[in-house]
Amino acid sequence: METILVLLHTEADGSLAKSAREAMHAAATLHKELAGSQYIVGLVGENVQAAANSIGACPATKYLGVSGGDFAQPRYATDAAAAEAICRAAQATVVVAAATARWARVLSGVAQRLGGCADTHVTEVGAADGKISLHRWYYRQRMEGTLTRTQRPWVIGLDPGSQAACGCDAGMATVVPVAVSLPEAAKRTTVTGIREPKADAQTIRPDSPLLFVTGAGWTKKQSDGQAHLADAEKLILDFLKKSRASLGSSKSLVDLSGEGQSVLPFLSHLNQVGQTGATPRHAKGLSTCCHGEEPHTVGWRFINERRAISLDPNCGWARGKADVLYVADAFQVMSKVNELLAANT
Amino acid sequence: MSLTYQIVVCGSIVPDPLQTLEPITSPAGPTLKNEMMLPAVLDPWAGHALFEAANLAKNSPGSKVWLVSLGPKAKLQQVMMTVAQKVPFELVALDGPAGGFTDATETAAVLAEAIQAIPGLDKSKLLIFGGWESASRGAGATLQLVGERLGILDQFQGVDQLVVNADGSLEILERIEGGRHQVAKCAGAPALLGWATGNLPEPKNNPQVGMVNMRTVMPALQKAKPVTFAGDGGSFTTVALPKQTRATQIVKDKSPDAIAREIVEWIKQ
Repeated sequence: METILVLLHTEADGSLAKSAREAMHAAATLHKELAGSQYIVGLVGENVQAAANSIGACPATKYLGVSGGDFAQPRYATDAAAAEAICRAAQATVVVAAATARWARVLSGVAQRLGGCADTHVTEVGAADGKISLHRWYYRQRMEGTLTRTQRPWVIGLDPGSQAACGCDAGMATVVPVAVSLPEAAKRTTVTGIREPKADAQTIRPDSPLLFVTGAGWTKKQSDGQAHLADAEKLILDFLKKSRASLGSSKSLVDLSGEGQSVLPFLSHLNQVGQTGATPRHAKGLSTCCHGEEPHTVGWRFINERRAISLDPNCGWARGKADVLYVADAFQVMSKVNELLAANT
Repeated sequence: MSLTYQIVVCGSIVPDPLQTLEPITSPAGPTLKNEMMLPAVLDPWAGHALFEAANLAKNSPGSKVWLVSLGPKAKLQQVMMTVAQKVPFELVALDGPAGGFTDATETAAVLAEAIQAIPGLDKSKLLIFGGWESASRGAGATLQLVGERLGILDQFQGVDQLVVNADGSLEILERIEGGRHQVAKCAGAPALLGWATGNLPEPKNNPQVGMVNMRTVMPALQKAKPVTFAGDGGSFTTVALPKQTRATQIVKDKSPDAIAREIVEWIKQ
């Protein structure tokens, strides 16, 4: 009989993120599929009661919590200690957590401490005939595999955005506190802040329905024999401002700065999608001036509806990968798109 | 304050990303078709870790960089011919499987053992570097497991910047959600850093660095410890290439105005 623990951490304001509810949905589904299983919620944060109450109507039979000032900061030593303590208190055989930056930093280490095993970047998890199996990608989203394990405890890190979020209502939850004794060595690291672009300069928006992918074509010579970087910058930023899309970039465009070429200054490696970048999840994706075959196209592996603008009708980035390929000049099209968006607002 | 570090970079090899990859089933489980024939490269994020390690060592006189690498010996040798020309390091080679379907726990165990066997290792100066994820298994697990085995409680993942402060503390920028960085201050070594892209470009090949490195690389390859895995980490039901070819509608003859209208309508749906 499995004991399923879903591990949650609070956000800075004490709430739970959507990804936490996604992990709960996956854990609750497993609980339903595994007859006789037990479902426990574990929370970590400075104060976890409000977060527990926000999901108080969920089918968990027990809430365990590690709280206090030492657990407000996302850092390895304290988060790993808290997660380990909750797992032991729950006697969990299966641990499900959203692979947020905070949990992704510790999940495998926690499995090691528990003598168990861990799988991360999991996109599907389910059970049939009492056997749990999960689905994840290998070789940077170029092949997919399904596996099962007999070793327990099994720590499962779910990719945020890959699951439906549970719609548990609020209620009064009784959180059983779990004590954690922290050695001084666990406090050698202090989180001093968050560094981010100003709100109007932030181009990465994970919650946006649209990913806008820019390729190196924006920096190339156009039909007049000149590159038009200033125009490209204005068009892209105007579009992002009006559409509130998230900006992704091909590696080649990001890397141009390292080769001494003039590039678009608002792009960084954080925008990079693909083989050595991110594979974000959005409902729609619009690519412009992108070129290349696999493996570059893994950058929009998890985009549901895809459209592309390219001058090359045979472009490997788009053909067979996009739903619609517009063979056109992206400068002209995006200029018109921006005009229409401006008129509609 | 002058600090010296012993920087151990864990970095393996992966098939050249431009190669076509196809999974097959072998008696030992899933593997890649013609895996030994595929040209290999140093795992990209591990490469960034190596370049950052070399830069830190250069700026901290007396420091030293080791590259602990697990992979088939012949492939390691091929990759080291290039990597050794980039930055100075001493290779610790382990002759074993490096594919994406091997288990992180077994990999971490042999890496940790190899690190602990480095002569003169001083934990108070130790920094473990590596890529935050590999381009093969891509789990972001191995470094954490290595850190646990070495008893390192200060671990950072998705690192883009490391600054050594005057008091010896380390300021570290880690990637977090939404294109942001978390800034943390760590008292100092020992620490473990899983690097993302960092800030340094790939160094140009330097034949002189290559000649110095090869004095230790070839002996290290010759005495590479053979490693075998039990392979009992998990059981694969399926491994396959995604079937995601789309019937792309190619729109050739529309004006920019018409295309723009269509795109705006689609965005707003």
